Amino acid sequence: METAIISGKGGTGKSSISAAFAILSENVVLADCDVDAANLHILFNPKIEDEKVYVAGKTAVIDYDLCTDCGLCMNYCRFDAIHGINGKIVIEEVSCDGCRLCERVCPVEAITMEENNSSRMYSGSFRGGKMVFGRLAPGEENSGKLVNMVRAKAKEMAKENKIQQIIIDGPPGIGCAVISAISGVDRVIIVTEPSLSGMHDLKRAVEIALKFNLNPWVIINKYDLNIDVTDEIEKYCHHAGLRFAGKLRFDPVMVDAMVNCKSIPEWAPYSDLSKDLKAIWEAIESKSS
Amino acid sequence: MTKGGTLKIAVASGKGGTGKTFVSTNLFHTLEKKGYRVTITDCDAEAPNVMGFFNPEKDWQEEVTHQVPVIDTEKCVFCGKCYEYCEYQAIFYLPEMKIIKVMEDLCQGCGACTYACEYGAITEKAVSLGLVSGYKSAEKTRFIEARTNIGVMSPVSLIKKAISKIDPETEIAIFDAPPGTSCPFIQTAVRADFVLLVTEPTPFGLSDLRQSIETLKQLKKPCGVIVNRAGLGDKEVYSYLSQEAIPLMLEIPFSREIAAGYTSGQIVCKTMPALEDQLYSVFLKITQEYGNSNYQR
Repeated sequence: METAIISGKGGTGKSSISAAFAILSENVVLADCDVDAANLHILFNPKIEDEKVYVAGKTAVIDYDLCTDCGLCMNYCRFDAIHGINGKIVIEEVSCDGCRLCERVCPVEAITMEENNSSRMYSGSFRGGKMVFGRLAPGEENSGKLVNMVRAKAKEMAKENKIQQIIIDGPPGIGCAVISAISGVDRVIIVTEPSLSGMHDLKRAVEIALKFNLNPWVIINKYDLNIDVTDEIEKYCHHAGLRFAGKLRFDPVMVDAMVNCKSIPEWAPYSDLSKDLKAIWEAIESKSS
Repeated sequence: MTKGGTLKIAVASGKGGTGKTFVSTNLFHTLEKKGYRVTITDCDAEAPNVMGFFNPEKDWQEEVTHQVPVIDTEKCVFCGKCYEYCEYQAIFYLPEMKIIKVMEDLCQGCGACTYACEYGAITEKAVSLGLVSGYKSAEKTRFIEARTNIGVMSPVSLIKKAISKIDPETEIAIFDAPPGTSCPFIQTAVRADFVLLVTEPTPFGLSDLRQSIETLKQLKKPCGVIVNRAGLGDKEVYSYLSQEAIPLMLEIPFSREIAAGYTSGQIVCKTMPALEDQLYSVFLKITQEYGNSNYQR
């Protein structure tokens, strides 16, 4: 069973809730697919057993000994990444998409591609089972591909260790990394918060889930910060035929748990928040089989 | 920046939900009230939320497209060169069965396949990526929003378009940046003069802040930090900032009042004048270093 937890809007508590569900499942492969900002390893301090280089893409590089400044590459580039500056052809690294068209059109073979290879994927064991996480080096792209690699590794570890449950902590937004995180999973949980922004982003996240034929579960975190918007979200879920999993109150214990490098059920097992999390997870588990 | 030009401030956060849009919208309101000619651009194209706080009147909109190949199977000889040239695995090719197909969702519109085809079998069509829209409220204030269509992989071309539409008369441009540190964030940050990072004093907040600051160092972009929800969490972020010599621009204490106001879509400054004064001081600090004295009112 592969479960992806996403949110559209960042900061709704997606990672804290993923961590809680991972601990509640008892034996799990936890895949941190928020590769731009992987955080679960901070809570779980896994024992790293394997490290792999992830090639995030390629960037074009000009050999100025060969370049004749003809500008052909500039005319072909559709990413606006090549400019003529004082008669010299310059590649703007941050805009280069690595499509290699410039390399192919160059009449004097002055362009080569360099691999961006400072991103990593780590995997190992933690107190709840196995864990995989990606770390995209600052400024590198193609996070969707790294998400695919993390998910493939998670599946492999689940098979090897005979673990049934894979929990994916997804990235924010609804772009390439999210698409990679949810395509082909068994279920999606969207964590939202009762704000106008949260609700707006929830709707976009629901649309992307539906596009992949997934009927998402919805959790409202910090519901008591705005009861009116919470009601509105519940109504929306009802009308849209979504499965409402439950709501969680705002409780600083969520932050305390994080500061102490624990998941909520580990840090405050008898708190109302932990009880509610358990009830929500059990409800999702019982209705998805 | 050059004298008299537009001062461009990106409000960003590695971690989502730290209060980036809270800061960008309140800063915008503060500067509007002081009489500046100010434009806010919502570059968080996957989850754009800025307009919801102002409900301005729509002025114009532009569709952003990219060129996707169309393969004419009559002319195609199934040589596979386009398949070989595609770096995005967007061409599905089974020569023995004479099957060739473009997977539009994966296509980045680079044009390599069109260049590769020697048989004139590839033409291109425009496919929509999303909308860039302009809004206005008062005479001097403008809003621009980039919004991707659902299912679009990358918002980068929408972000570039949105920023290019800022009126040159604008004195201050505020960018509400996308979260994370990958391409969408970078394409926003490189276009700014200064990046204002919003974080929260928690282990997750700090971890993501480090990532953002490392990225900005590589881009050689000056930045400063606002610690939001101060009082929650721990103190680690402060030692990190002093160790890295990154200016702490402001601390906004955690309060249920602010959270409740923000969640209902209000501009919190309107009921908390102290916050307005503080954001104005942050702005003045930025102009002293990165703008010019014309910006003081």
